[in-house]
Amino acid sequence: MPRTGVFICHCGTNIAGTVDIARAIDASRNFPGVVHADEYRYLCSEMGQDLIKNAINENNLDRVVVGTCSPRMHEGTFRKAAAEAGLNPYMLEVANIREHCSWVHRDIEEGTPKAIALLRAAAAKVALNDPLDSPELEVEKRALVIGGGIAGIQAAIDIAEAGYVVDVVEREPSIGGRMAQLEKTFPTLDCSACILTPKMVEAAQHPNINLITYSEVEEVKGFVGQFDVKIKMKARSIDPVKCTGCGVCYEKCPAKAPSEFEMGMTKRKAIYVPFPQAVPNVPVIDRENCLYFKKGRCQICAKECPPQAVDYEQQDQIIERRYGAIIVATGFDQLDPSSYGEYGYGQHPDILTALEFERLFNASGPTGGKVVRLSDGKPPKKVVFIQCIGSRDKARGMNYCSKICCMFTAKQAILLKEKVPDAKSYVFYIDVRTAGKGYEEFQRRAAEEYDVAYLRGQVGKIFPEGDHLVVHGVDSLSGKVVDIKADMVVLAAASIARADAPEVGRIVGINSDSYHFFNEAHPKLKPVETHTAGVFIAGACQAPKDIPDTVAQAGAAAVKAIGLLSKDVLKGEACTAIVNQAECSGCLYCEAVCPYNAINHIEIEERYHEEMHKRTVAEVNPSLCQGCGSCSVACRSGSINLKGFTNEQILAEVDAICLQR
Amino acid sequence: MRYRYFPGCTLKGQAKNMENTTMAAAHALGIELVELDQWQCCGAVYPLYEDELISLLSPVRTLAAAEGEPLVSLCAACHHVLKRAQELMQRNEDARHKVTDYLEVDYKGEGRVLHFLEVLRDDLGFDKLKEMIKKPLEGRKIAAYYGCLLLRPSKVMQFDDPENPTIMEDLIKALGAEVVKSPYRTECCGAYLSVSEEAVARDTVSKIINSAREAGAEALITACPLCRYNLENCVDQDGKEPVKVYYFSELLAEAMGLQFDQLMSKALERRRGKNGNQQ
Repeated sequence: MPRTGVFICHCGTNIAGTVDIARAIDASRNFPGVVHADEYRYLCSEMGQDLIKNAINENNLDRVVVGTCSPRMHEGTFRKAAAEAGLNPYMLEVANIREHCSWVHRDIEEGTPKAIALLRAAAAKVALNDPLDSPELEVEKRALVIGGGIAGIQAAIDIAEAGYVVDVVEREPSIGGRMAQLEKTFPTLDCSACILTPKMVEAAQHPNINLITYSEVEEVKGFVGQFDVKIKMKARSIDPVKCTGCGVCYEKCPAKAPSEFEMGMTKRKAIYVPFPQAVPNVPVIDRENCLYFKKGRCQICAKECPPQAVDYEQQDQIIERRYGAIIVATGFDQLDPSSYGEYGYGQHPDILTALEFERLFNASGPTGGKVVRLSDGKPPKKVVFIQCIGSRDKARGMNYCSKICCMFTAKQAILLKEKVPDAKSYVFYIDVRTAGKGYEEFQRRAAEEYDVAYLRGQVGKIFPEGDHLVVHGVDSLSGKVVDIKADMVVLAAASIARADAPEVGRIVGINSDSYHFFNEAHPKLKPVETHTAGVFIAGACQAPKDIPDTVAQAGAAAVKAIGLLSKDVLKGEACTAIVNQAECSGCLYCEAVCPYNAINHIEIEERYHEEMHKRTVAEVNPSLCQGCGSCSVACRSGSINLKGFTNEQILAEVDAICLQR
Repeated sequence: MRYRYFPGCTLKGQAKNMENTTMAAAHALGIELVELDQWQCCGAVYPLYEDELISLLSPVRTLAAAEGEPLVSLCAACHHVLKRAQELMQRNEDARHKVTDYLEVDYKGEGRVLHFLEVLRDDLGFDKLKEMIKKPLEGRKIAAYYGCLLLRPSKVMQFDDPENPTIMEDLIKALGAEVVKSPYRTECCGAYLSVSEEAVARDTVSKIINSAREAGAEALITACPLCRYNLENCVDQDGKEPVKVYYFSELLAEAMGLQFDQLMSKALERRRGKNGNQQ
């Protein structure tokens, strides 16, 4: 006969306000197997835990029911307390009489019987509990960072500094990401490259960091502590060991293609580094545009290369490696505003997105750092900035605020005034949102000291008229329709998830929101964790964010990864599925429904009518199993049980609630 | 190609010429437009309230009268109301039951509802039309004026890109004329403000006309009788070369080589043939 103790928490008035504790205690004393019942104002406090521990020892309890808040809150606390008193921690059950009961009822006459029913169910279940052990898992002391922008770089440096080896996989030929495309950063206007390139170099030189550029993650298998990852290194066609980065190859190359780094505003060669400060400074051959790969002739780069580093025969390579932790930092894209026909983007060279406009300021950009109209090369005297293109647009775009646009628009208006002193800027906005340290001051400075006119309203149409672009909008504060004859228009296009974010999420096994931004495990308390243990997220792949937030989040993700890597072994899930192979018919429905690839099939031999026979049965890999229970529901013969949630235990709970009143 | 044809009131009066020229051109193009028997008002203005069902009785009766055959209209306002009424019938089952029960008709939102321009683009094809043109309008500089009713709400009308439509420009090209693009081609013509607040309509219309003139257009084409009325009557040409306003069908008939006398007689002939002694 079990010796169960029941402990009920008042949780101040959270529970006691709607549940008559004394009545619940009295009822608990009469549950089968219950030999002790007690109450306390805050069971989760140290005194509360001591109360449980002492009661276990004094009454020789072998099972415990706590009637408290959700097990997501304090199950761990109470299991630990039970373990300290000498019980197996899985001999304790939580009856959630707060979220499931007191918080959803107003009337004590409704709350009390329900709490008693939930306690009775827990007592019925705990009577069938068996002691469980968590499997121990080894941790591979190496981290993988996917994405080599500022988030990935920062996370990698932090992990490397803690003494762990980290691989950074970057799809482009160089690390640097979006930040490398920026000229200046708000709110201090320091040069983006000047603060980014030292970090890029640090990442390249750090003995613990291994940069794998021009590569993509193809497959992730395994689980926390032991992710088995396949990385495809695209053929660079250059031997990185021999290459000295002299640049002769791309000077001589005759084939051109639109530069991705310059948003297609200028051309690069078919053999190229994306930008002058690229890390590694090793070119790649873009085989789609290379004359040799297209037509079989040219080979000028190979002839001109002093160290003979060009290798046309290079093949894509697959690296297979095991990692203990993964950080996803794949960044964001800019919405293509051509879907907004009224702005005429793509139909006129002087209508640019903000990121394109940013490149005009850069000394190595398409105009060599001169801010000029792409149509006629003249400096723009009137520039209209339009905010929220696709952001905060329920009808046609994204519901969310892209967060960074108000600030980068103020920044670009200030930079414009510095480059073209007689230029006048107009900003059409819905709201100016500049929360952040020094941000509001920065935006005010743009308006007050740099002569930037802020017009609250939207633009309905942009069309060319002579040399100008007429911006036809409304100033909603004065209630007037305004037509501005502008030289240039800059569109603050929404920050959106990368087009292939769903695919990356599928490969890594993390989920995303309706905009394809990756989901954190908890919006407040687990901002860098995901629902997949051992996978963390950082930067704008989670939501639009600025550089300071991205760097902070990258550091946080790194700390989580370091915490994981610092352990030699991890405690795995104790509540895993187990197959009764004598009853298993080998239909393998379970294998099909398992989301964690934790079920395999094996052949067993058994004696049957005096002869040995072989047959197929399912087998669970307990280190992969996450205890979701899908298999035990799918199993037609009822031969899979989830430890800690066996069919018998669940039926006992149901009976306790439904049959005994 | 056979279509049911809903003319609407304006096409029998103010916009008679749009009907005559369309009928003649359609005939020449092998497009058969069979006028609905005993048609009535299109409803004129699509109600702003989704539950204002009484205004839908007339258009739904018209839609049902097409008996599932494609239903063509010429007036932008008629087409607008019919198309939107059809969409509501498809989308809102409750409204559909109320309206069709009251009318005692069986209509579930079926049948294509088309503007004649869509027939030219989607069913005949502008390439085919180009081949059938007898007198291309070479050297003529024509701008398209869309107004609002054909384009918006774009999800319902499904007529063309509401910001950058091309259907009328494609027609102009097919007719052999030179396309002039005016930025104000999708702006409001002032609508009924030409009656109540004429100054406002004058302001908007002058912008439309002036921008077409500055872009180099000698004429505008439209598919809407109200737009045409405003464009012709609420404008100060300021002594400059006036920009003429045509229905698209007038230029179509011209490019088909159809003379006005012919048009009239053909139209009359057809009407006599179909409706006996009715004028």
